[in-house]
Amino acid sequence: MAGVRVLVGTRKGAFVLSSDGKRENWDVAGPHFAGWEMYHLKGSPVEPDRIYASQSNGWFGQLIQRSDDGGATWQPVGNQFQYEGVPGTHQWYDGTPHPWEFARVWHLEPSLTDPDTVYAGVEDAALFRSTDGGHSWHELAGLRGHGSGSSWQPGAGGMCLHTIVLDPRDPGRIVIAISAAGVFRSDDGGETWRPANRGLRSGDSIPDDDAEVGHCVHHLARHAARPEVLYMQKHWDVMRSDDGAESWVEVSGDLPTDFGFAIDVHAHEPETVYVVPIKSDSEHFPLDGQLRVYRSRVGGNEWEPLTKGLPQANCYVNVLRDAMAVDSLDDCGVYFGTTGGQVYASSDSGDSWAPIVRDLPAVLSVEVQTLP
Amino acid sequence: MIRVVLPVHLRDLAQVNREVQVDVIGQPTQRSVIDALEASYPMLKGTIRDPLTQRRRAFVRFFACEEDLSHDSPDAPLPEAVVTGAEPFFVVGAMAGG
Repeated sequence: MAGVRVLVGTRKGAFVLSSDGKRENWDVAGPHFAGWEMYHLKGSPVEPDRIYASQSNGWFGQLIQRSDDGGATWQPVGNQFQYEGVPGTHQWYDGTPHPWEFARVWHLEPSLTDPDTVYAGVEDAALFRSTDGGHSWHELAGLRGHGSGSSWQPGAGGMCLHTIVLDPRDPGRIVIAISAAGVFRSDDGGETWRPANRGLRSGDSIPDDDAEVGHCVHHLARHAARPEVLYMQKHWDVMRSDDGAESWVEVSGDLPTDFGFAIDVHAHEPETVYVVPIKSDSEHFPLDGQLRVYRSRVGGNEWEPLTKGLPQANCYVNVLRDAMAVDSLDDCGVYFGTTGGQVYASSDSGDSWAPIVRDLPAVLSVEVQTLP
Repeated sequence: MIRVVLPVHLRDLAQVNREVQVDVIGQPTQRSVIDALEASYPMLKGTIRDPLTQRRRAFVRFFACEEDLSHDSPDAPLPEAVVTGAEPFFVVGAMAGG
């Protein structure tokens, strides 16, 4: 019987949650790397037992861990992330030049075709790639060097490259997102880049409506069967692109608030999108203490609240940008983790929810593997 | 033989007990001891010193013989009691955060 493996990164370790295809009974393994911040774990789509994990803390820096047995055992691999050439400066919060400094790896994106190739999105924002299973890392320096890098500024969480979208139809196409610089696209495997933010409006923080960079993009999602369609949760606004990030239109529609972090797409329905509206950028919790996932079945604008099984009173958790994922079983499973340590799962495309676990450390990331 | 006491997170990472022993060629210093430690336990590379600058991480301290040696030169000789093995060299995760 098919099964699922949910990889959960938290503030104090990593957890691996496993179930069969029914998704009713769960085995909880962990904490792995107890006490460390686990920003992200993700498995190779072509070799699912190969999992990469970002392990860090403020004392001992950054490590990359790799498992070749589905998360049962791990080995540290390479942790040298050296910016190419003279790193230069970006803007600091006060607008002054600030040297590029490596802080941590926010996101690991394994190649769609090669288990030894994996991309790392880091803070201060840059994209690295390993082609030897994580042992060595090399910056794709054309991103920082394309021209606008010196004007990038950090968002409240740091200047992080947090989203890496690979294209199953075109191995040269990579779309990435940075807080708070925006979306950038490469069509040559990461050698050269250009901003891809046309249509984004950030009037609360950027006076120029047509600014090429400077947008606080929180997360991107796409459906594998239609990689040219991208969905975005921006700081404020839910956006959609139908042309591979060439241009964006707002699809917030009737959402009660369009601030948020997480966004994902149903595994079998490219027009079915999920977000978790958060009250505001100054109050990082759900509206009215009610934790609600919103689902659009028409690609945005028309949204329905999903509440069954989710707390509808006194709930003041957040759902972070990398903390939502879907499985690809026939009845699509949807999963998200909260800063209160709950991981919720729905095995019916979001109609109903139940917690897999309730009391983990604050959840930073959730990824799901569908196993044969 | 230099005795080195590691903090909990690094013990877990290296899969060792509280104290390890390393051989240092020549005059034992902070640099030569950490070099030897990293040679014996490669998974510790980058955790005590920045992997690029080789500078001590801000929240890592070095203690020995009831003294804080963190601000000594990395090439300063270590106390004789550490060299003879009478006292360990402590790698400490500084008390910080909440």
